[in-house]
Amino acid sequence: MLAGEQGEARRWATDHQIKVGEMFDAVDLVPVSQAHMMIDPESVGDPGVSFLENLADNGAQVSIPMITDPRGVDLNYYQPLGQTEEMADIDRRTIAACTRMGILMTNTCVNYQTVMPPILGDHVAYGDTGVVIYSNSACGARSNFEGGPSALAAGLTGRTPRYGLHLDENRQATRRFRVTEQPRELTDWGVLGAVSGTKAGSYWEVPVIEGLQVVPTSDEMKHLGAAMASYGSTPLFHLAGITPEAQSLADVGGHDLPVEEITAADLDAFRSSFGGKGDKVDVVVFAAPQLSIVEMQAVAGMCDGNIFATAVIVCTSPQVYADAMRMGFVETIEGAGAKVLEGTCFYNQYAREIGEANGWTRLLSNSAKIVNILGGYGYEPALASMEECVAAAISGEIQ
Amino acid sequence: MSRELKCHKGIGGLVEGEALVADDNFSARYDLDRIEGVFSRKAHKLYGQSYKDKILVLNTAKGGVASAWMLHEMKSRDVCPKAILFNTANTILAQGAALADLPMCDRFEDGDVTTLIKTGDHLIVEPQAGVVTIK
Repeated sequence: MLAGEQGEARRWATDHQIKVGEMFDAVDLVPVSQAHMMIDPESVGDPGVSFLENLADNGAQVSIPMITDPRGVDLNYYQPLGQTEEMADIDRRTIAACTRMGILMTNTCVNYQTVMPPILGDHVAYGDTGVVIYSNSACGARSNFEGGPSALAAGLTGRTPRYGLHLDENRQATRRFRVTEQPRELTDWGVLGAVSGTKAGSYWEVPVIEGLQVVPTSDEMKHLGAAMASYGSTPLFHLAGITPEAQSLADVGGHDLPVEEITAADLDAFRSSFGGKGDKVDVVVFAAPQLSIVEMQAVAGMCDGNIFATAVIVCTSPQVYADAMRMGFVETIEGAGAKVLEGTCFYNQYAREIGEANGWTRLLSNSAKIVNILGGYGYEPALASMEECVAAAISGEIQ
Repeated sequence: MSRELKCHKGIGGLVEGEALVADDNFSARYDLDRIEGVFSRKAHKLYGQSYKDKILVLNTAKGGVASAWMLHEMKSRDVCPKAILFNTANTILAQGAALADLPMCDRFEDGDVTTLIKTGDHLIVEPQAGVVTIK
């Protein structure tokens, strides 16, 4: 493939995989069953789209099922957000180039809930840190963080360099955290993820968490993982007695590690770093990760009959959106004055520009991940539960 | 007196330039105003500083996958570091460096690269040989 006898696209892909593989001492390539590409227009930009178009012009075709992360523009609703025609055009060109290469435009970061979850031992090449950490940890699949270019290379060759989390030895625990306060709702799981991710602090650390007396739901696991990956760049964790590779602490070598407690004080210290009672709110965001149908139902239930004083943005996948339309949740949520966006996620849809266009600075969300990211985008983010977020949207300030 | 630092084989070709160093981490999405070419995250130790044409020396990579595309986008606008040196890179930054052809090295034999190199040091980075020289 490197000599180019299978075309320019596979030559590029193979060359890319060798460069990356050498940096991480990969000895060979491992076949993967799926690839998932993060390819939002803000990150890709015009140079990235031109790169994709060039590959497509050269006849590139993916050789395994390949899906996509959220888009940066909801093409049915971008002008009202202050997004420009130029932004939409980058998205349109991206979609066209990817479609020509046989990529499925699923536009979701919750593919493990909605498209095709990987299974235990399944080698995959996933983008989106939230997708990778969930798939590794909750499903027992095997993926490194594959950025857009590497996910694309894997889609083209059907393989990825065998390093990092494709290897048994890198899936053993390196840090052992003991929880003393039980998470109760989604944001608590996100806070636990943020605190443990911050403590772990590296791609090469694998936390095992013990002391949990409840088995998280898929949505709770989603917030736990997304936050841990966001704060720690951590791609894998184990929950002792819960996740598939850690039926016991010893399964992942956790019994030999010193215990580090995550106390109520650690969790409170994290929470208090994001906003407080009486703070004015400009925009409330439910996103990062995209909402499941269960979360859509919960938000709709809280919106019903209320009128919001602030802007409210809800981001979900195209798969969930269709269900939420059919079940009336979109109508209920938008009836309160919110907007449900399809196939995007707030932080990767030109968050800085739409904040400036709408005068949004003080942002409230129940996602520990999004409040982390948006600090670098000119926002003053605050964190609260879903219920508190809805109450703040009604009154215009944090309750 | 020049000093040679050995590191793991990296990505990209030889480059020479001035170091900008912090004991902090790196994400193109979380930390940068990529249009202005400055660190824009207030909590970052390099907040307000320009990274254009500097050799960044930082602890590790953090955050999401976006940096893999963003380095390519930054390089094509020529508002980009000349190279990035880490104690430990993550997969995303290595992948981004490969696409952007941006020199990147990590895993230095002599210890913490953010203390071995000082801001303003003149560096020669040779990723294929796994050597960084402080002139």
